[in-house]
Amino acid sequence: MFDIDSYHKADTVDEAIALLSKNPDAVPIAGGTDVLVRLHGHNPDYRHLVDIHDVAELKNITMEPDGTIVIGSGVNFTDLAQSAIVSTNIPVLAEGGSSIGGPQVRNVATIGGNISNGAPSADAAPPLLVLNAHIELKGPEGFRRLPLHDFYQGPGQVDRKSGEIMTCLRIGSTDYKGWSGHYYKYAMRGAMDIATIGCAAACKIDGGRVAGIRLAFGVAGPTPLRCWRTEEKAQGSVADQTLLDLVSDSVLGDLRPRDSWRASKDFREQIITTLSERVLKEALNRNGVSIP
Amino acid sequence: MAVGKSVQRVDGVAKVTGKARYADDFTMPGMRVAKYLRSTIAHGRVLTIDTSKARALPGVDGVFTYQDIPKKKFATAGHPFSMDPGHVDVADRLLLTDYVRYMGDEIAIVVADSDLTASKALSLIDVEYESFQPLVNREDILGDDVPEIHKGTGNVVKTHSFVAGGNLEEVKEECDHLIEGRYKTQIMQHCHLENHTAYAYMDDHQRIVIVSSTQIPHIARRIVAEALDMDAGLVRVVKPFIGGGFGNKQDVILEPMVAFLTKNLEGIPVRLKLDREGGMIGTRVRHPFDVKVQVGLDKDGTIKLIDFDALSNTGAYASHGHSIVSAGAAKTHYMYPRAVYSCKAKTIYGNIPSAGAMRAYGSPQMTFAIEAIMEEAARLVGMDSVEFRLKNGARPGDKSQITKKPIMTCGLLDTIRKGRELIDWKRKRKEWPKIQTGQLRRGLGIAIFSYGSGTYPVCVEPASARLILNQDGSVHLQIGATEIGQGSDTAFAQMTAETVGISFDKVHVVSAQDTDVTPFDTGAYASRQTYVTGQAVMRTAEQLKTRILDYASIITGLDVELITIADDNIVIAETPEIAVMSVRDVAVDAYYDKNRGGQITAEVSYKARNNAHVFGCTFVDLSVDIPLCKVTINEIYNVHDCGVVINPLGAEGQVHGGMAMGIGAALFEELMVDSDSGRIYNNNLLDYKVPTIMDIPDLGAAFVETHEPSHPYGAKSVGEAPVISPAPAIRNGILDATGVAVNELPMTPKSIFKYFKKAGLL
Amino acid sequence: MNRNISCTVNSKSMTWQIDIRMSLADVLREHGYTSVKEGCGVGECGACAVLIDDVAVDSCLYLAVWADGCNIRTTEGESKEGKLSPVQQAYLETGSVQCGFCTPGLVMASTSFVEQHKGQKVSREQIRKGLAGNLCRCTGYDGVVRAVEQCIDAEE
Ligand SMILES: Cc1cc2nc3c(=O)[nH]c(=O)nc-3n(C[C@H](O)[C@H](O)[C@H](O)COP(=O)(O)OP(=O)(O)OC[C@H]3O[C@@H](n4cnc5c(N)ncnc54)[C@H](O)[C@@H]3O)c2cc1C
Ligand code: FES
Ligand code: FES
Repeated sequence: MFDIDSYHKADTVDEAIALLSKNPDAVPIAGGTDVLVRLHGHNPDYRHLVDIHDVAELKNITMEPDGTIVIGSGVNFTDLAQSAIVSTNIPVLAEGGSSIGGPQVRNVATIGGNISNGAPSADAAPPLLVLNAHIELKGPEGFRRLPLHDFYQGPGQVDRKSGEIMTCLRIGSTDYKGWSGHYYKYAMRGAMDIATIGCAAACKIDGGRVAGIRLAFGVAGPTPLRCWRTEEKAQGSVADQTLLDLVSDSVLGDLRPRDSWRASKDFREQIITTLSERVLKEALNRNGVSIP
Repeated sequence: MAVGKSVQRVDGVAKVTGKARYADDFTMPGMRVAKYLRSTIAHGRVLTIDTSKARALPGVDGVFTYQDIPKKKFATAGHPFSMDPGHVDVADRLLLTDYVRYMGDEIAIVVADSDLTASKALSLIDVEYESFQPLVNREDILGDDVPEIHKGTGNVVKTHSFVAGGNLEEVKEECDHLIEGRYKTQIMQHCHLENHTAYAYMDDHQRIVIVSSTQIPHIARRIVAEALDMDAGLVRVVKPFIGGGFGNKQDVILEPMVAFLTKNLEGIPVRLKLDREGGMIGTRVRHPFDVKVQVGLDKDGTIKLIDFDALSNTGAYASHGHSIVSAGAAKTHYMYPRAVYSCKAKTIYGNIPSAGAMRAYGSPQMTFAIEAIMEEAARLVGMDSVEFRLKNGARPGDKSQITKKPIMTCGLLDTIRKGRELIDWKRKRKEWPKIQTGQLRRGLGIAIFSYGSGTYPVCVEPASARLILNQDGSVHLQIGATEIGQGSDTAFAQMTAETVGISFDKVHVVSAQDTDVTPFDTGAYASRQTYVTGQAVMRTAEQLKTRILDYASIITGLDVELITIADDNIVIAETPEIAVMSVRDVAVDAYYDKNRGGQITAEVSYKARNNAHVFGCTFVDLSVDIPLCKVTINEIYNVHDCGVVINPLGAEGQVHGGMAMGIGAALFEELMVDSDSGRIYNNNLLDYKVPTIMDIPDLGAAFVETHEPSHPYGAKSVGEAPVISPAPAIRNGILDATGVAVNELPMTPKSIFKYFKKAGLL
Repeated sequence: MNRNISCTVNSKSMTWQIDIRMSLADVLREHGYTSVKEGCGVGECGACAVLIDDVAVDSCLYLAVWADGCNIRTTEGESKEGKLSPVQQAYLETGSVQCGFCTPGLVMASTSFVEQHKGQKVSREQIRKGLAGNLCRCTGYDGVVRAVEQCIDAEE
């Protein structure tokens, strides 16, 4: 039996916001694959719950008339990967989502929970970062939107104000039309594992030259990180081996991997440089540029 | 013919339908839950412990600390009692302790009405410790002026050495080459899917009943009696279905505690069930070894000597202690039995979880060292790795250097030849470039192994069986040997059917052991059951057959010499197609005739005085992605000589499972300790990397059958051995692919990264 | 902290009073569905997998209240009138059962995979990915892959 002290179930977002405001100690529980693990470990921070598991309005994936893709925070990773909107327009996110845990975990774990827990290893994060995703939150004061990279504040810390619920993730059409991407999860096992390094790349090519490159890593710093400086340096380059070399030479400058019992810093750096080249190469390949 | 056929497991339907009941699937009204308070330091002393708040919590039935327990130390290893005082297990445990020897040591226990209440009560216990420096590495453990983990030991459990087959120093002089290596193996955990669990209650004022997930019910009964200072006859241990053990349940871990708790709580039923996190540190692990080995050989590749210096760390408590390294050394010497074999072995204590028995009991660690250095030796003299083993490996006619007895059956060289064909070694050797370059490289690896069947002559090998003829012509088979998933019940049913002359589905195996009822057998370990218990089953089956025939002779008036049993009928021996009457009719008569007969039963208790050696090898074809430090297995085969294969489907399953565990040992698994604090980083199934289905390739299992004369059905053993050779074969494959010799396990990406960097590959 | 939930378990309607702190695994086991095993309690092993509205879920990491109004399937319900389901039968034939502790969870994960891939051509890689949430320490998974393959081939 889980060590829960109070429990309230919400059927709508507004109800959830009201319940959270009334119970300032309470945290939302969506899929519970994170919250319940912490309760199994008797973590006192999760003893008061507002249950948003069955809030239907958080479970939709839609495309707005301007092409913006809107993914409800309560969408689980199985539904995400099976969504036609996702798999045709932003397959890189499906790749990230499909690398999570195992089938049973993906059947319940939500994308909102994956981002909200602030884990540096969240497999949805690097793909969402290279898609320039924005977060939408709703609280007692109404809606607010911010870029995903601003939502992350530190390890396990996100910019969620009290009473707020993440409602959806938004990806604008200019951030995926003409772009191709790839996500690779480097882990110790082929499934049921936390990434040692997660790497997402996206690119847009114009006449053989880089019109845009985006690179993001998980577990290469306190939060999932974009490689801003590298991306800038690569802008306008010819898409060939020199570009890959430039990226792999520069990428560590954007990141802050560290030593832990799971892996040493120099090992992570080895994987980061290798992946930056290989993952970008595959993203380019998907954009019709094949580098031997 | 039931023996030699792939029959369906006798417990298969119960298991696929979820009907099989394991220890946690039984409940009793009023059953309480017990939970340990585990230490938060790895080495030190409990100065004060305040349980008053916990005791006051509603729903708490009792809180016990080291102050409340019997002060009699006991040994936990699941060995039969030894009459040789020099061979008894080390008694170094109390039920609870105030001297903390590993992080997680049991210092108190709570009994409450629910799991949650018990957890809450634990959080209310205040403990004050005096901390000492944890001793984790060999240098620290054996350093000068370090505290003794167990008083009077110098932190050494035991040392011993032997030289077999000649004069070591003389042979050293004669060798053309002497090479040396040092190899280290990791702490592994069994990770059977069912955690340790047991419950106990009392039948009256004296009798304790324990239901436990154990491989060794009869031994558990004796050890509980020892720990609680009571008569063994007052202890009853019941073993229902068990969810795997792999040696971790060949240790008496929870049974004395549940017995103690119910005894102190007026006999109410108390369940003690470890969660995964507690179980991974609080049960047993595989001993990490640090092995220095020297091999002497001639220019032509003949191995002349193997000389070991092996150090094994048993952790906080001795458990199986020194037996592991000594068994590992003895059982592996059959691989190359014409060389002088020398071993110096030492087992030490350390502030890490206690190591005990784990599948193949010391052999995987020793074999990693042997087969790694043999690969270096083959390369040194420029011989093909397979030819080198064919030249030096055990062959028929060899004898044991240690016991001086001949090896009765030995199919090693045939297994090597078969493996070589399966992996297409010769073609790949020819076609693959000698020196490979680039990021992705391919390699071939081989390693061989030898192992035993049972523990004789080191330990006694008793087994018993009882057969009862039912009125419907079927039989019930009771054995003291335990089914733990390996398929022994099915093999025993096959043997019984074969020998009695009835059909396989007429044999009902009583799968649960109950020490009040089931005849004595020491249990499931050392790959002993098919071989040792099989000898008792055969004798019991013969006895039953004789009794059925004697009675049939009375009924029919036919001379007993003239008749036998075949296909569930009494038949004329010379013309078995002529059925005289059915076994069923014999049974009905025996049960119900008013003037003669009685239930027909048979029972034999038998001590095996033999041991049969098993052999085999692993062949692997793998790829190494150098920049990602990743090894991918393309093809892998284990080929076994386990004597006559009783149940091919079951034997294949044992081989597959062992191979997967061997791949885990090679590439994935390690229980990681922080050497400063003694903390275990990864005591859960997410961070301890048991291979998933994604990590295990298609597995190839093959057999070379020999007919072992010491066993009634020609069988040897196959339970543990499959785990032994995959790791060194993979290590040798990596060497083949990259030229880099990785000399420690596991060969995870982060570990081979260091080796590749040092070799200049990265 | 009690609540009532109504659900169907193996085609039987149930109304149970539960404590909201209980996992679905706790509740099912308490009501006699002991095929639901616990190997970790935190979603790492799959021994507790059941189908909720035909979707495989680790019931140890699932609040029992979430099962309200759902259709639950456990291994007990897969064999009907003494006849094993095709997946159960295939497990026996391929030798995929040893200690049997992982088996009920694996049978359910396999059943869901087979039902979702009816009539499709699937690769061993897909089968592996579909069963990746279930640990088995005994079999090395070799038979498990073949069991699922056999069931899908039979469906074709
Ligand atoms: C066995 C196992 C394997 C796993 N493997 C992976 C993996 O490979 N990769 C990976 O990235 N993760 C993995 N995880 C972690 C976890 O499953 C994921 O992060 C998952 O996406 C969390 O989603 P959830 O809905 O289950 O979160 P919950 O547990 O419900 O919530 C997680 C956190 O987010 C908050 N939250 C949830 N929804 C909202 C919302 N709408 N608004 C505001 N706050 C919210 C909660 O309060 C909580 O703090 C694994 C977990 C397990 C148990
Ligand atoms: S017990 Fe539920 S996943 Fe392990
Ligand atoms: S059969 Fe034992 S864990 Fe799978």
